[in-house]
Amino acid sequence: MKTEAITVNIGPQHPSTHGVFRLRVTFDGEVIQDVEAVFGYLHRGSEKLAEERTYTQVITLTDRLDYVASMTNNQAYVLACENLMDIEVPERGQYLRMIAAELQRIASHFVATGFLLQDLGAMATPLMYGFRERERILDMFEMLCGARITNTYMRIGGVFQDAPEEFWGSLRSFLDGMPGFLDEFDSLLRGNEILLARTKDIGVLEASEAINCSVTGPVLRSTGVAWDLRKVDPYELYPRIKFDIPIGTNGDNYDRFVIRLAEIRQSISIIDQCYEQIEAGPVRSTNELLFYPKTGDAYGKVEAPKGELGFYLVSDGGIAPYRCKIRSPSLINLTMIKDLLIGSKLSDMIVTLGSIDINMGEVDR
Amino acid sequence: MTYGLGLFKGMLVTLRNFFRPVVTVQYPDRRVGIFYLAKKANISVIRFLLESPRESVKSLLGLVRVPVYVEQNPRFRGEEFTWYEDRCTGCASCAKYCPLGIIRIETHESGEYLQEGQSYFVDTFDIDIGRCMFCGICVEACPYDALFMGTGFERGRYQRSELVIPIEELKAASKRPSTWFRPQLESQKFDPWKSEADWETVGREAYKWHPKRPAQSGNPNQEDQVKE
Repeated sequence: MKTEAITVNIGPQHPSTHGVFRLRVTFDGEVIQDVEAVFGYLHRGSEKLAEERTYTQVITLTDRLDYVASMTNNQAYVLACENLMDIEVPERGQYLRMIAAELQRIASHFVATGFLLQDLGAMATPLMYGFRERERILDMFEMLCGARITNTYMRIGGVFQDAPEEFWGSLRSFLDGMPGFLDEFDSLLRGNEILLARTKDIGVLEASEAINCSVTGPVLRSTGVAWDLRKVDPYELYPRIKFDIPIGTNGDNYDRFVIRLAEIRQSISIIDQCYEQIEAGPVRSTNELLFYPKTGDAYGKVEAPKGELGFYLVSDGGIAPYRCKIRSPSLINLTMIKDLLIGSKLSDMIVTLGSIDINMGEVDR
Repeated sequence: MTYGLGLFKGMLVTLRNFFRPVVTVQYPDRRVGIFYLAKKANISVIRFLLESPRESVKSLLGLVRVPVYVEQNPRFRGEEFTWYEDRCTGCASCAKYCPLGIIRIETHESGEYLQEGQSYFVDTFDIDIGRCMFCGICVEACPYDALFMGTGFERGRYQRSELVIPIEELKAASKRPSTWFRPQLESQKFDPWKSEADWETVGREAYKWHPKRPAQSGNPNQEDQVKE
């Protein structure tokens, strides 16, 4: 019988591809021979748009990069601005930022694990449980800043305003309820034999390969490298917080899934400590909306839910950045996709893609 | 571990969740049963069945729907901006700070409103909310507390031109300002979903000196100008 390789376009809007994304895959039977990732469908030119907006106005653009983790985008950008302008942030402002960022990490990891399990065929059940808890986080964001997704919460020099009274009550009840929910979420699918068969030893990434490709975030930590910017290059007040870096051993899809659940537990512990340590005080060191930084450049980076998110700003002394470069973790993690997929089966393709947890808003910018 | 135990555990979790209270909010309307209708009519279910059999059958078939009103947090940044013309000086700070430049303000110099320095009459104050992203920076930039975020979120239209809020609509709209970036409203525990706010009470300070305040102005044309 005569056979030949067949090329299939998965996308540009395949429901499992987490956004407008196209994979040109060459199959030999069911085995993947070649992969070509095509992206850019969601390109909005955020970096160029930033050049003609003032430093405060650019915060609104950063919300739309990784739209399931707006808070960490805000945080990375304002940290870059504060490095550029040498602005101090009051302690309460830093704690509020950390609480918001960790809540956002929990929400983002729920989306990541939920959609990974959805891609595996666990139709909607784990996704809906995750979204139910994410809904409580989004409600808290609405209390903080009046919006659920496009927050624009942080400002250069702090956060825009103090949290309302009701926020602390709902945060406490959320923190108290989360460990029980996570235990339940674990028992839902972690020991599931079908899930283990579908994810163990599939999409294996070597540690050296991951470092060479400058992969960051849970994808890197799943290979056993304990690299977390909150520990190795702390920003805000993370040195005062005690937490562990969960690491994996194999670097397969299962490890990436389990690490995200473990990171949610660490985030809860971080928020708990912030809740204990936070004291009354100002949340913002300057009420200015216009800044005239000195000529120079600065880099601000945070450990976003998906990896190292960095903003490189160049100033020419004007009110707008001369150049704004965004180092987005999703794009750099996505460059691994070819190495991970070649040799695997068609049914594992979407699972591997889901376990990397890409977000097209951030890949295309 | 025997094979299949993990599967069974997961199913137990699903079963447990099956008996938990429902968190889904039906929107924009929800089905109601006969018990709801009877309670609303303030009579017992049996009497309701006898009195209005048509409605009862409809409700049992699941055909009766009531609209659901979703309340947001007071800080919710919604559309239909609340604008107080009595507070606005036409300085156009909001238009300058808007990242998208969607606020259009036209003023002309007028001696009618006597303020310190120059005085301007606002002719045009259009907000193109079809392009608005509700970041709220215009509200943050307003030095006179004249512009507030609104509370609406149900503005679906067929034409883009219908999404431009003209000054007449801003004037006529009910004043339900969001408490976003307005700590003075939060300290009053103001809830835009329950009550409206007067222009004299929404400011950071009482603005006793404000020239547009009717009691102090002494301007005979005052009333006409406000209505304009």
